[in-house]
Amino acid sequence: MAQFQIRYIALTLAATLLTACGGGTAQPVTADNGGASGGSQALQINGAGATFPNPIYSKWFAEYNKLHPNIRINYQSIGSGGGIQQVTNQTVFFGATDGPMNDEQLKAAPGPILHFPTVLGAVVPVYNIPGLAGELKFTGPVLADIYLGKIKKWNDPAMAKLNPGAKLPATDITVVHRSDGSGTTYIFVDYLSKVSPEFKSQVGVNTSVKWPAGVGGKGNEGVSGLVTQTPGSIGYVELIYALQNKISFGSVQNAAGEFVKASVDSVTKAAAAEATTMPADFRVSITNAPGPGAYPISSFTWLLLYDDPKDKAAGKAMVDFVTWALTDGQKYCADLGYAPLPSNVVMLEQAALGRIKVS
Amino acid sequence: MRSPDLGFRIGIGVFAAALVIIVIGIGITLANDSWLSLQKFGLNFWRTSNWDPVAGEFGALPFIWGTLYSSVLALLMATPVALGIAVFISELCPPFLRAPLIFLTELLAAIPSIVYGLWGIFVLVPVVRSVETTLPESVRTLPVFSGPPYGVGMLAAALILAVMVVPFTSAVAREVLKTVPMTQREAAYALGATRFEAIRAAIFYARTGIIGAVMLGFGRALGETMAVTMVIGNNPQVALSLFAPQYTMAAVIANEFTEAANALYQSALIEIGLVLFIITLLVNMLSRGLIWSMARQVQVKAAA
Repeated sequence: MAQFQIRYIALTLAATLLTACGGGTAQPVTADNGGASGGSQALQINGAGATFPNPIYSKWFAEYNKLHPNIRINYQSIGSGGGIQQVTNQTVFFGATDGPMNDEQLKAAPGPILHFPTVLGAVVPVYNIPGLAGELKFTGPVLADIYLGKIKKWNDPAMAKLNPGAKLPATDITVVHRSDGSGTTYIFVDYLSKVSPEFKSQVGVNTSVKWPAGVGGKGNEGVSGLVTQTPGSIGYVELIYALQNKISFGSVQNAAGEFVKASVDSVTKAAAAEATTMPADFRVSITNAPGPGAYPISSFTWLLLYDDPKDKAAGKAMVDFVTWALTDGQKYCADLGYAPLPSNVVMLEQAALGRIKVS
Repeated sequence: MRSPDLGFRIGIGVFAAALVIIVIGIGITLANDSWLSLQKFGLNFWRTSNWDPVAGEFGALPFIWGTLYSSVLALLMATPVALGIAVFISELCPPFLRAPLIFLTELLAAIPSIVYGLWGIFVLVPVVRSVETTLPESVRTLPVFSGPPYGVGMLAAALILAVMVVPFTSAVAREVLKTVPMTQREAAYALGATRFEAIRAAIFYARTGIIGAVMLGFGRALGETMAVTMVIGNNPQVALSLFAPQYTMAAVIANEFTEAANALYQSALIEIGLVLFIITLLVNMLSRGLIWSMARQVQVKAAA
């Protein structure tokens, strides 16, 4: 019995070691779908990064694999920071991030990295005011002042002016923010920094920031849990999370002066409005986008690819995959609650994909 | 020496050495990977409170404070309860109740901490908030109870930690009490001691082991991550108030590490890990020292 156990442990150890050695970026593995690929080798491509687009990416990789059974794309949703780091160290073939890489990060990479927007996300303000009927309206500066701790009560004159009909209580505002580093925070503080110089100088933009006020909840569920339980609180969550969990949220004034409620349409409009001034590398923030109907707290999420990949076969497959995801793949967005890319951005990206050296 | 014995000795020697090597290895890796931050902030890392990932300034004091404060509070609440359970089970409990009680306390230890965290958010935090809001104004002016009643904060975190620590402390304390020789109790009774006095004598006999049990609980509280981060409010500040949202070292690592893309930021987070490692080491050494000095006192007394 004892001997059997020892042998079992040794076997398990050996198996673990073997699995651990099987890493690497894009190694060919023998095809297990024999007939379909006619004995050719299957290609495995590994990627890592942002958690926000994970549901749509998983869907895409599965659907793409049905069309191309010999290409298997693995994606680990370890967070944007981890994605940037792993693609820089070339432990994965591609990365994914909710905030574009900055110049310093790009310089640290062994070769030029290109950004490709894939879908859009948005962040919405959620609140809990007992007895309040109707939806609240916010402006960027008011949200910034609330998160700076300068607006302390719900019936502050600034809030009352925006919501003339609403019965705002004289209670304290409990500010709830994300405690974990996240793309959601990045998008939210990026917007607040654009509309409030004071927020920009005091807090700034990052996936985690030094919040001047309030309490932190872990994840969208942590923030919404705190908000639903704390009377008089305000928080921010991803649009998809709010829609899926039927959490009501307020509208935000956009750059054109309209109060817009976040929706798949109004988020796509924000991207379309920015397309005319899109930089060639797609590293652009589309918060506070101009144009009618655009929701101001919107953002792209990006795939990160080297412009001169070492593994040409994997590079070619990824270019083909991104082309598919930008066109046919966009139809899966709506079901999962993501806002699809506007057609003018897709055209720009298709041109940019040609810059990846695959031969 | 016969060869099977030699093989056995070498075998277990290797395992024992592996333990030492792993601990030293962890220390070296932590120090190595936090080198950037160690160089830049030096000792200031331990005594400054500014944690600003945007500006690239990192000070660990609020996290050190939050970790120690929450763990000490949890210990203060958990120790009497855990010892009460241990004494009841080992000394007073009717035999038919013993097995179910042991099973239940051990069940508490088996619950995953994320479940404690969810229970904390949905059950404990609303209760704590209602207690906080019903406190009279005169009490609220005390620094320990100052600030707005969020519900989440130091008190909720300490309570949840206390619940999580109880099974560990009580299980070890129970085992320790079991080792007290029956003759000790019999001697106490023979001298005319009441039941309470006899139990007190047994506890006194087992005190070093009980301190070990308490320290085990303390170590558990120091490192607890998930349940704490869900209820402590995650706001890095050094505050005495039980109502104030605060932060712990383990929680900030879990929260921020995945998205820390910048080298200095990451190395500061690893240095938090190093600080936690050192503090845990110090706590363990302290408890060892305490036990050792108590054991020595007994020897001195016995010799005198």
